[in-house]
Amino acid sequence: MKELSLNILDIAENSVKAGASEVKISLEETDETLKITVSDNGCGMKEDFLKSVTDPFTTTRTTRKVGLGIPLFKMEAEQTGGSLSIESRHVELYPENHGTTTSALFYKNHIDFIPLGDVISSLVVLIQGSPDIRWRYTHTLPHGEVSLDTDELREVLGDVPLSAPEVLSWISEYLGEQYAEAGA
Amino acid sequence: MKSLAELAAIKEKMQNRVVLREGSSNIRVVVGMATCGIAAGARPVLNTFVEEVNSQNLGDKVTVTQTGCIGICQFEPVVEVFEAGKEKVTYVKMTSEKAKEVVEKHLKGGHVVEEYTISNI
Repeated sequence: MKELSLNILDIAENSVKAGASEVKISLEETDETLKITVSDNGCGMKEDFLKSVTDPFTTTRTTRKVGLGIPLFKMEAEQTGGSLSIESRHVELYPENHGTTTSALFYKNHIDFIPLGDVISSLVVLIQGSPDIRWRYTHTLPHGEVSLDTDELREVLGDVPLSAPEVLSWISEYLGEQYAEAGA
Repeated sequence: MKSLAELAAIKEKMQNRVVLREGSSNIRVVVGMATCGIAAGARPVLNTFVEEVNSQNLGDKVTVTQTGCIGICQFEPVVEVFEAGKEKVTYVKMTSEKAKEVVEKHLKGGHVVEEYTISNI
């Protein structure tokens, strides 16, 4: 991937596929590190699947026997000296609090660190594709914070869908202004 | 600064139109958004379709949606156009520029942009 924001988009699509009603994307950034966490309340994974999930030959898709989303994300973290971890609770064992949390740590000053890129664009795509999910986004920067909770927007919007183009461009500008203020 | 009040204004404006839009759109644009599509550049393609459909006021007849892996990863970004009563059109190796052209010629003008379709590879 050319930008880590594309990995975020890709990993969050797994949450969508897992039937999550709430997905939290959080970015914690210092001058040295970037930690990306995607956590959802989807169906979760069974232990066997979880163990093999960083293997490219494990996938949920039916058109091919390979899945590169998580292996790529892991490789990109490790090539900066960082790491990836996944925790998951399958719905059968944890009917009350199932879901998956994927977390990757990057060292920003490493030469192989891939830039975050256009994370706003990824969020807009996710909201456009799954407007009924509650998307919660926070990006903690060294000098500020950017955040979005689609439930707050939904309260204002009523039955106007979050995927309406006017709403999407509002979201995009809203986040853009927050980033400008946070000095990013 | 963007405010929630502004969002409320968007709601007011939209509400009347939403009713009209339901069920009346007869063209569906589907963008492949799996790992393969994303890595190949599907994100700007999708966003271009959404923006162009909006700015050209095609929202009443065109819906833009996403799907997973279509199975032809080597041709990503892949975009499928479904239209009632017509055969599906599959565009391959799409870019933002090509997406704009497809909106203009195909979605607006009704003419398939043959040179970007899979049958032309």
